[in-house]
Amino acid sequence: MATPLDPHAAIVTHAAGQGAAAEARPNAQGVLLTTADGQPLARALTRSRRRARRQAFLLVLPLLAFVLITFVVPIGQMLQRSAKNPGFSDNMPQVSAWFDENPRGAVPDEAAFAALAADMAAAAEARTVGIVGTRINYELPGTRSLFTSTGRKVARGIEPPHREALLEMDPRWADEELWTAMRNASTPYTSSFYLAALDRTRDSAGDVARVPENRQVYVMLFQRTLWLSLLITGLTFVLGFPVAHLLATLPMRRSNLLMILVLLPFWTSLLVRTTAWIVLLQQQGVVNDALVWLGLIGEQGRLQMIYNQTGTIIAMTHILLPFMILPLYSVMRTINPSYVRAARSLGATSWTAFRRIYFPQTLPGLGAGALLVFILAVGYYITPALVGGSSGQLISNMIAMHMTETLNWSMAAALAALLLAGVLILYWLYDRLVGIDNLKLG
Amino acid sequence: MRCKASGRLHSLAARSRDQETTDRETALTATAGTNGFVVFDHVQKSYDGQTLVVKDLNLSIGKGEFLTMLGPSGSGKTTCLMMLAGFETATHGEIRLDGQPINQVPPHRRGIGMVFQNYALFPHMTVGENLSFPLEVRGMGRAEREARVVRALDMVQMGAFKTRRPAQLSGGQQQRIALARALVFDPKLVLMDEPLGALDKQLREHMQFEIKALHERLGITVVYVTHDQGEALTMSDRIAVFNDGRIQQLATPSELYEAPENSFVAGFIGENNALHGTIERLDGVAALVRLGNGELIDATAVNIRDVGQSTLVSIRPERVEFKPELMPSGAHTVEAEVAEVIYMGDIFRARMRVAGTNDFVMKYRNTLGQVRLSPGQKIRVGWHPQDARALDPV
Repeated sequence: MATPLDPHAAIVTHAAGQGAAAEARPNAQGVLLTTADGQPLARALTRSRRRARRQAFLLVLPLLAFVLITFVVPIGQMLQRSAKNPGFSDNMPQVSAWFDENPRGAVPDEAAFAALAADMAAAAEARTVGIVGTRINYELPGTRSLFTSTGRKVARGIEPPHREALLEMDPRWADEELWTAMRNASTPYTSSFYLAALDRTRDSAGDVARVPENRQVYVMLFQRTLWLSLLITGLTFVLGFPVAHLLATLPMRRSNLLMILVLLPFWTSLLVRTTAWIVLLQQQGVVNDALVWLGLIGEQGRLQMIYNQTGTIIAMTHILLPFMILPLYSVMRTINPSYVRAARSLGATSWTAFRRIYFPQTLPGLGAGALLVFILAVGYYITPALVGGSSGQLISNMIAMHMTETLNWSMAAALAALLLAGVLILYWLYDRLVGIDNLKLG
Repeated sequence: MRCKASGRLHSLAARSRDQETTDRETALTATAGTNGFVVFDHVQKSYDGQTLVVKDLNLSIGKGEFLTMLGPSGSGKTTCLMMLAGFETATHGEIRLDGQPINQVPPHRRGIGMVFQNYALFPHMTVGENLSFPLEVRGMGRAEREARVVRALDMVQMGAFKTRRPAQLSGGQQQRIALARALVFDPKLVLMDEPLGALDKQLREHMQFEIKALHERLGITVVYVTHDQGEALTMSDRIAVFNDGRIQQLATPSELYEAPENSFVAGFIGENNALHGTIERLDGVAALVRLGNGELIDATAVNIRDVGQSTLVSIRPERVEFKPELMPSGAHTVEAEVAEVIYMGDIFRARMRVAGTNDFVMKYRNTLGQVRLSPGQKIRVGWHPQDARALDPV
């Protein structure tokens, strides 16, 4: 290792005083360089650098703590929740133990029913039978009431044989699917939420199988989210590129005015912009009225442009446009016009000059803009919720629904984790194809 | 055009020097009329419709000539170059290249090579790709492209840098690449817009020499824009001095320096002493001028018509003499008081008070036994009448 020669090392050593832990090594020539007061140079350098590094660390410490407490920990918990739900296993210990002892496919015997009855009685006593029912309800919809009603009955007293007694209370206890669902929930850590998020489930034999067709929704929503995000990214590029170019080339006064026009929607509330689109695009709205007035469409043929996918695409493209324009603009502003002139003088037509010389130089801005728009679009929630109708809903709306309505947070977490994984994979692909250091945000 | 151009680099490089010199001389004599290789015919240019940036430009450039447009910033020289390249349109008048009007021809079909002030090397391409670009857009085959790129790089001694990116090169190396790129497609005409402006002094002088050598070797026509008069004097066959949208004088470097036609050119090119006075007597071109303090000096009338007219007499510092034996007999001398003497190694530069001005400069050689002047010393200075040029006052 060659010892770097820092002219300030000697001065810093004097200021820092005596004593250092760094290892002193001779340099490439085999000479041990020392500072003016005889300390090894490498040690002095390490000390001076360490001080600077410590100061820098202390400066970012508040932010680091903030990010850790408000971001990393909650997200970590959320992700953990996607794979862990102890709602059944904690409250039904004896049934869970029976599942452990008996292999998958074993027919529930008297011992299983006895364990179930004992657990139900305990759960009813502890008022946790609702939690258990909710957990099984995630796997098999419509079973929560089965647990609560049986819980009430068991609490009043149950005589063996337990199997017959329970079946008398509700014949559904003999259902094989119910027992499969309970087995799937019998361990706190489970992949069932991830499977459900991909429209899959574990059948009684323990194999992964598709859920019935009428319950398949998530894969389609993931696909739609991906497709719409790509489409919106493409649209913002097509619409934003000329605007960014104008911004970068117009004289200052006019480009400032144009910049305000670009930023004005950016500064207004998201809700205001979205509702403005509702006013414009609804069947009795401004655009349809104008088209009817112009005679382009009949009164009966008013276009359905909102509360469907079209509405989502139009509103989201508009809202995300500045995120494409601004990085593009900041890159285009730095491109010297003499490059295109040079290309023209070398014999390129204006199209060739654009394609071969100008456009490649805007790629860092385009990459940044596209990545920004795409990632924002993938997780967009409020606009599709307001103008999307049923065909314009995205996966984020489903996550929100599980968070606020069904309260199936594990499911929401699993969907969110898959979304995050998808974005990370795309980010990685981008890095491989374009290179992340080629990104310019401003 | 492509076929005609191919191989020109080769053949021209191989041509003998004598042949070239005669070619250039014939070309230069042909520029007197309006049938030159590049012709500006009553060209005017306005950006805002209110002021003219270029006012009635008439210029004829011969084939193989190295013409420099020299002038202060805002004098219209760059605008002229841009009109020739096709990036600006002439508001009025016609520009002809090789006899063809090119006002309506887009830049990419003019076949003019151009070297830009900031080089404008494409940052996302390697040196080789930069050079290959003009050949690709002309639809040239890969093998031929490769050969030409290598040849052009060797021409500027940059053969080892083909795979580098422009950002990895120094200013001087980028300059050479820009030059090679402008020449690689064998253009009829090469335009250079202050190409050496960003280089340090030593490198600039070296590149001046190289550009000049390339011009001689390839026999191309070069229109060069600069505001550096030293550069213009060293490199050019002819110099067009621009000011205020007009060509003030179009002449060879020596003519421009020694016989400036007006006081702007006299003041702009080289160091110059200016003395105000009125014409006392006029005998052909021999004029007697009375200075402000009543002293009389000899001068050559340049654009003076009448006795009594006020004038600005221009004298180069190195043509001022203070030893009587070096002045022509009977010449008028004026009194001078030395204010400051600067030792510059090869020469002395004395600033003196003459006829009311404080900045009259005289340069004299540091020869063996040269007289050492000191501040406060009173001497008499004079000159040959042909070195003092009586010009119109500004």
